[in-house]
Amino acid sequence: MIVYLFILLAVLAVGSALAMVINKNVVNSALFLVLNMVSLAGIFLILNAQFLAVIQVLVYAGAIMVLFLFVIMLLNVGDEEKLFDKFRVKYFLAFFLAVGVMGQIFYSLAGVTDMLPAISENMAAIGTVEAAGDVLYTKYLLPFELTAILLTAAVVGALMIAQHKIKRTENI
Amino acid sequence: MVGIDWFLGLSAIMFTIGIIGVLIRRNAIVIFMCVELMLNAVNLSLVSFASHHGNIDGQILVFFALAVAAAEAVVGLAIIIAIFRNNLSVDVSKINLLRW
Repeated sequence: MIVYLFILLAVLAVGSALAMVINKNVVNSALFLVLNMVSLAGIFLILNAQFLAVIQVLVYAGAIMVLFLFVIMLLNVGDEEKLFDKFRVKYFLAFFLAVGVMGQIFYSLAGVTDMLPAISENMAAIGTVEAAGDVLYTKYLLPFELTAILLTAAVVGALMIAQHKIKRTENI
Repeated sequence: MVGIDWFLGLSAIMFTIGIIGVLIRRNAIVIFMCVELMLNAVNLSLVSFASHHGNIDGQILVFFALAVAAAEAVVGLAIIIAIFRNNLSVDVSKINLLRW
């Protein structure tokens, strides 16, 4: 049962990732990325990481992708019409480069595949919100507070960059 | 039960799709989304290792990676908006201020 669920979610994730890359419409790409993230949250549930599955849906599919869609619709970006209408050497080069990277990862995985651990039995009690919060507020308290500073700095920096008035009359 | 190598293989495939997207697309927003896809692939690899070791530290690292990804998305989209206001395009082949 778990195996079939994993195959379904994996095919969904890979298919939506591919559809995101080859889609000409930017809004459709963003929605396919949302689908990819939701199926990835399901895979996190298979791995007994309940807290991260919820966070993935809330933060990625909820917050970040809404921000992306907001910017896409704010800028009114048109379709990328001439994406695949003519043959380019660049596409082949990119494909072979990426396949080279994937082959390298798979080669290094194949070397250690008999040493990889089996899934731990006490995992059902580890991925919960309670366990994550317990570690987060004791052992990782300082990085957690630094994350707050980082987010504040990001918000202030984004406001500074996006509000900056460009003086166009200067060099005319 | 699904073995760990399947999760790592899925992570590698998604990372590769992200690389292809970054290399062939020319819309800056789509390139940015492909980078998010690559971040997600690495997150999956971290979570699978954490689950199979029975240790929560990897999941905490994924949590911090999520926070950093959120900050990065905010700043990156602000930069894209600033570029768009400057020359009315998000096509990276038309942005050539730093190109010689």
